[in-house]
Amino acid sequence: MKLQEVVDSLSLVVKTATANLTKEVTGGYVSDLLSDVMANTKDGYVWITLQTHQNIVAVATLKELSGIILVNNRAPDADTLKKAEEEGIPIMVSSLPAFEIAGILYNLGLRCR
Amino acid sequence: METTEGVFFITGKDFANAGVASCELKSILEKIGVDRGIVRRTAISAFEAEMNVVIYTPAGMMRYKVTPDYIKIVVEDVGPGIENIDLAMTEGYSTATDEIRSLGFGSGMGLPNIKKNTDELKILSIPGIGTTLEMVINIKKE
Repeated sequence: MKLQEVVDSLSLVVKTATANLTKEVTGGYVSDLLSDVMANTKDGYVWITLQTHQNIVAVATLKELSGIILVNNRAPDADTLKKAEEEGIPIMVSSLPAFEIAGILYNLGLRCR
Repeated sequence: METTEGVFFITGKDFANAGVASCELKSILEKIGVDRGIVRRTAISAFEAEMNVVIYTPAGMMRYKVTPDYIKIVVEDVGPGIENIDLAMTEGYSTATDEIRSLGFGSGMGLPNIKKNTDELKILSIPGIGTTLEMVINIKKE
């Protein structure tokens, strides 16, 4: 599934790196602990989190994640947006809580395994 | 492949630049053409070690050496040191403040993550002086 399909299905607001919505999404992960994401994600996963600071971009870059979905209309910090644009990491915002986002993506066929 | 060496300086509490050293090291390894799986393990280990310096210490540095056989990363800091290394290696154990934890750091998974992703890990720590982490990731299969 392409990231664009994820954006459309959840009506996400894309904040950065719109050119990279063609990326393939291989799975998904929900966590607000950075080391947990470092340990348990794979290339191409989309990451659902409430963290908005710029270190989430480093994690996504290092783990080659397809993008980051911020929950509950959380607004990314200005530094986060700048860094994400530089690194080509799409940051997307949803009005839904993490549980709902994960449920919708699971029903679309995304898994974490 | 020739041997490549370098060093990054890491400033404590500088969350704005936290992760920069690890991201740069990852780019260097990719440019050299190191296997993707090795790059991934190195990136995880370097990031966790770098974050530990940022979270817990005033300053530190990360030296790396890439040879055809292995990648070695040495991260040294200037304190405060680890009181009990066995405890620090226990998943979930952390001395991070609530403020640090609320940012998603200090979950007690850093050192265990490094252990899982390296072939060799040596920790030398003297309370009040500092900590040196020596990590080796083999490139050539033994």
